Amino acid sequence: MSALQIAQTAFNGNINPGLAAIGYGLAAIGPGIGVGLIFSSVISGTARQPEARGVLLGLAWTTFAIVEVLALIGFVVYFIATAGA
Amino acid sequence: MTTMVLAEGDKFVAPGVADFFLPDIVPGVTKPMVLLVLSIVIIGAFFLAASRNMKLIPGKFQFAAESVYDFGRNNIAREQIGAKDFKPFIPLILTIFCFVLVNNLFGLIPLVQFPTMSHIGFPLAVSLLVVYPVYHFVGFKRHGFVGYLKHQTVPPGAPWFVLPLLIPIEFFQKFILNPLTLAIRVFAAMFAGHLLLLVFTLAGEFLLLNGGLTVIVAPVSFAFALALTFLEALIMCLQAYIFALLSASYIGMALAEEH
Repeated sequence: MSALQIAQTAFNGNINPGLAAIGYGLAAIGPGIGVGLIFSSVISGTARQPEARGVLLGLAWTTFAIVEVLALIGFVVYFIATAGA
Repeated sequence: MTTMVLAEGDKFVAPGVADFFLPDIVPGVTKPMVLLVLSIVIIGAFFLAASRNMKLIPGKFQFAAESVYDFGRNNIAREQIGAKDFKPFIPLILTIFCFVLVNNLFGLIPLVQFPTMSHIGFPLAVSLLVVYPVYHFVGFKRHGFVGYLKHQTVPPGAPWFVLPLLIPIEFFQKFILNPLTLAIRVFAAMFAGHLLLLVFTLAGEFLLLNGGLTVIVAPVSFAFALALTFLEALIMCLQAYIFALLSASYIGMALAEEH
């Protein structure tokens, strides 16, 4: 069996789940960068002013929650997209 | 060609949404419903038992309950709502925190092992029926109807020509999106975490039972499931904290004088 034939047997006409998975991967890039930036700021802020750590972390978790929800919405959308498959 | 070998035998079925809909325990009563009631009983019993015989010098049990209370009061409510008017909201914030925390942790407790919050209905009810009315009610009460709408939708210092664009966006975010994202955040985290554990555990089981030569990687899968359990425990506590934190922050924003 050639590689093409294997691919054709594996392909059953519905590429939505694969596309949705790729889409979610792409959608997770943004929040990933965002969360990284938030905590890098917390780290450098704490390095400059160790006594401000508590305040910074409180702020960081709130902003983290706002950024993180983008990735989680993407995850929900993935399941909506693959629901019919 | 290991994948081909695997595909020829019994096919591995990846766990999906269907795994979250367990059969009813009694017709009409599902596992999450039972767990919800159980969580209320646990929280109630915990705080009742801890506060029944309080001493000036706390014992271990009282100390644990006081730590939870102190965390909800000082770290969440007072930080977010402000020292002036956080007092009436302490019970609400503390209850939300404990409720979400216990319901999340059900995902790890052996034999229970199902996070109630992985069904969207439960967090949605908490955010849409409890948090949403509360923070808009106190906002309307504090600023008056028009005053509160202006307070929520018009950011101070914005130039007049961006207002037609800004007001609908802010309105959409404050009145429609906030309760939804609050619920989706904890739901999706619980759903994803539980699914992840399922994937690694079921894959390990599958490799062990009919993996052929690939049986040697089954322990790796189980090890991952174990490691992810610890990560999951962290995320469960974190999500409960964030849920309570954002609830308090919405109330704080609604009450703030001028931001």
